[in-house]
Amino acid sequence: MALKKIEAIIKPFKLEEVKEALHEAGVEGMTVTEVKGFGRQKGHTEIYRGSEYTVDFLPKVKLEIILDSASVEKASAAIIKAAKTGKIGDGKIFVLPVDEAIRIRTEDKGAKAI
Amino acid sequence: MTIQNVLGWRPLVVLSVFWMSLAGVRADAPAPTLEQRVAGLEAYLGNGDPSAPLKDEKGNIPEGLTTASVGVAGPGHNAWLMTSAALVLFMTLPGLALFYGGLVRSKNVLSILAQCLGITGLVTILWWAVGYSLVFGKGFNSPILGGLEFSFLKGVTSAPNTDYAYWVSQNVFSMYQMMFAIITPALIIGAIAERIKFSALLLFVGAWMFIVYFPLAHMVWGVNGLMNGVWNAGAAIKAVDFAGGTVVHMSSGWSALILCMILGKRLGFGKEPMPPHSMVLCMVGTGMLWVGWYGFNAGSAVAADGVAANAFMTTTLATGVAAFVWAVAEYFDKGKASVLGFCSGAVAGLVVVTPATGFIDASGSIIIGVAAGLVPWFFCTRVKRWFGYDDALDTFGVHAVGGTLGAFLTGVLATADVNANLNLNLKEIVGKTLVAEQCKAIALTLVLSIVGTTVIAFVIKSLMGLRPATESEREGLDVSDHEEKGYIY
Repeated sequence: MALKKIEAIIKPFKLEEVKEALHEAGVEGMTVTEVKGFGRQKGHTEIYRGSEYTVDFLPKVKLEIILDSASVEKASAAIIKAAKTGKIGDGKIFVLPVDEAIRIRTEDKGAKAI
Repeated sequence: MTIQNVLGWRPLVVLSVFWMSLAGVRADAPAPTLEQRVAGLEAYLGNGDPSAPLKDEKGNIPEGLTTASVGVAGPGHNAWLMTSAALVLFMTLPGLALFYGGLVRSKNVLSILAQCLGITGLVTILWWAVGYSLVFGKGFNSPILGGLEFSFLKGVTSAPNTDYAYWVSQNVFSMYQMMFAIITPALIIGAIAERIKFSALLLFVGAWMFIVYFPLAHMVWGVNGLMNGVWNAGAAIKAVDFAGGTVVHMSSGWSALILCMILGKRLGFGKEPMPPHSMVLCMVGTGMLWVGWYGFNAGSAVAADGVAANAFMTTTLATGVAAFVWAVAEYFDKGKASVLGFCSGAVAGLVVVTPATGFIDASGSIIIGVAAGLVPWFFCTRVKRWFGYDDALDTFGVHAVGGTLGAFLTGVLATADVNANLNLNLKEIVGKTLVAEQCKAIALTLVLSIVGTTVIAFVIKSLMGLRPATESEREGLDVSDHEEKGYIY
């Protein structure tokens, strides 16, 4: 069974919803990082005493999930349903191949390590 | 049943001698009358001269005649000045440190704190050595510089120096004034933030104290100062400056402008975003500055009297109004009032009211508050953009502009109704030509600050350079100058 990695960039306030949705979809573990970024969404302007700053980078949250290739579609659908607001800046999902996964405690490899 | 009835006349004699010794009377010296002693105590209430009731018709005091009120500090006045000295120190550490510290990028926050701390230590040493004497002495018999009679605080004891106060210990007065000497150069660091070497900054401040601050402070506040209109009948310029519009704000503000132009802009200025890293710290600092400023303004009465009380009120009114007006200006200008706007407005109000605070009434403070909320705002948001200088934290926009505006408005709004001292030497000019005298003082302050700063800056620039290396500036002054990080998480 091939392993895949989902990297999902979502709006920070959607994290709880996405986590719940993934849990219901059978995904148990994930790693979450706070990131900054932009796609086509524009930033905003802040003005400090007459000095204008365009803030391009917006705060986002990145989720990283490793799963077997059969589960990718279900997990992606769950993320999209929970994270979508319909407004620009909702984020993106990337699916990448994974060469190996190992559980450190038991040294299990492959699908058993997920 | 009184003591006299029970024990006879002997206790009365003992008690009289006891009271007389308390009155500081030597057995062979003339004894003060009860009238004179009561008058001396009343002088304490009214911040007057306790030795005045002892003078004869010619104005001389008979040899050895004194009361227990003469040559000692008055507890209330002294306590207020000690408190005020602590309040003004609080303005620098940590008021200004946080106000400025929050406005820079996080990689430079410690550099602001270090510069405030470094200046505090350096100026303390200079003040003790010669600074106090050069400002408040009179040994040189000069309207420009004091003297050396108080070097190393020789003779500066707990007894009042009656050239400056009847009821405040001279050591307390010296320490109080030292806090002004500390915060004045500390204000300058705002304009040159994020791109000056620590060593160059301290060297600059050391020289600046001698060339600009000590002479200026003597001219404005020294008993024989050139611009001390209130107390020096022979002052060439009959100007007034209650708490330091010229001495503190104009000097630091205009010097800051010159220095920031000589230093040049920060790397990436105009292209990279450099917003404040913590408006929270900035606001906390603002609150501390406001509270501390009561010591700065009301303490400048050098007494806990009606003048101080008036200054307390005018300081409060001007500041609250200015904070609000600046925010209103922002609302109409860009649609939103910002925390930085409120903070800048409050500080601007405090700056503009500084020279006027003990000389104006409540209505005058409102006028000053409105002016302070608008004119510095205009310089910070428009003039700075037009001319393109990198006054990083708006030291020029707030302190130079505010101090100049305040010095001018003091000439317009001063009234002897709230401060009878204006009638001592200035009765003919208050409300008439005082404005002209203020303009002369403004001009002299400007020239001294600009020329002095230019010379010192270029000398240091050629000796050791003012700016850190490019990589050091990129990395942040905290690491490059202090090998420390402000935030580790």
